[in-house]
Amino acid sequence: MKLTEIVKSLNLQVACGEQQLDKEVCGGYSSDLLSDVMANSKKGDVWITLQVHPNVVAVAMLKEIAGIVMINGRMPEKETIEKAESEGLPIMTSDSPAFELVGRLYEMGISGKR
Amino acid sequence: MEMKRKGMKNRVLFQQEFEIQGGDFVNAGESSCKIRNTLREIGINSDIIRRIAIAAYEAEMNVVMYAQHGTMKINVYQDNILLIIDDKGPGIENIELAMKPGFSTATEEMREMGFGAGMGLPNIKKNSDVFQITSKVGQGTSLEIKILLNGKNG
Ligand SMILES: Nc1ncnc2c1ncn2[C@@H]1O[C@H](COP(=O)(O)OP(=O)(O)OP(=O)(O)O)[C@@H](O)[C@H]1O
Ligand SMILES: [Mg+2]
Repeated sequence: MKLTEIVKSLNLQVACGEQQLDKEVCGGYSSDLLSDVMANSKKGDVWITLQVHPNVVAVAMLKEIAGIVMINGRMPEKETIEKAESEGLPIMTSDSPAFELVGRLYEMGISGKR
Repeated sequence: MEMKRKGMKNRVLFQQEFEIQGGDFVNAGESSCKIRNTLREIGINSDIIRRIAIAAYEAEMNVVMYAQHGTMKINVYQDNILLIIDDKGPGIENIELAMKPGFSTATEEMREMGFGAGMGLPNIKKNSDVFQITSKVGQGTSLEIKILLNGKNG
C-alpha cells in the first residue's frame, strides 16, 4: 500500500515530503522511544510517534522508514522539516491519538508483524 | 594513526572519520547517516549496513548525550568492518550496570525526547560480532565494534 492511500484514508496533513508519497508501506511501528525504534522497526514501516524533534529524521533514514505520522496535533519542529525535506522523508500529522491511528491502519491491512 | 599491515587480509580498504559534538541534538545522528550512505555506495550488503547503522547511531547518541566531544572512525577491511568511537567525557563508573537493558542516567529532558530507554549499549552489543567497551572515569569512553563480513554478508 502506498503512503498516499494512508494519507487519504486517515485524513492526514502532509508537513513535508509530498513528492515521496508514492513510497510503499510494508508495515507499521508505533513508539516514542528512539532506541526501541532503532531496534525493532523494519524497513518500509510507517512510524507513529509523538516525537517531533529533528533526531527522528536520522532514526527514520537509518531504518529506512517509509514515513512518519506525528500524533495528537503535534507539529514537526522547523529543523525537523528542513532535515526531512532534504532527505526526501515524508512527515504527516494528525489530530488523532496513536491508538486511533494504529487501529485504522490495522483495519487497512497494515500490520506490526512481518 | 597508521594501521599496521599484516598482509592483504588486514589491509584497510576504506576509512572515514567523524567528529561528534556533545550536547548537539540537532545534528546528532548525521555521522551515522553518512556512514550508512558510504557503505551503500561501496556495495556492502544491506543486513550488514542495518547492523552498523544501529550500532553507529547508538554510539553517536551516547557521545551527544553524555560526553563533551568524540570521534567516530570506520575502517572497512576485506573481511570485517570496525567502528571505533572515542569520547572525552565523564566516563562510565560501572560498565556492567551500564550494559544492563533499562539502565539509564538520561535527564528528564532527554527522556522527553525519547532517549533514555537504556537500550543503546545492549543494542550495540546485539548487533556486533565483537564488542569492547573501556572507560576511565573523568576521562572518557571507548567503544570498538566489529562486524564480520563473510561470503554471504559481505
Ligand atoms: N559515552 C558515554 N559516556 C558516559 N556515560 C555513558 C556513555 N555511554 C553510555 N553511558 C552510560 O550508560 C548508560 C546506558 O547507556 P545506553 O546507551 O544503554 O542507554 P541510554 O543512553 O541511557 O538510553 P537509550 O540509549 O536507550 O536512549 C547511560 O545512561 C549512561 O549513564
Ligand atoms: Mg544510549
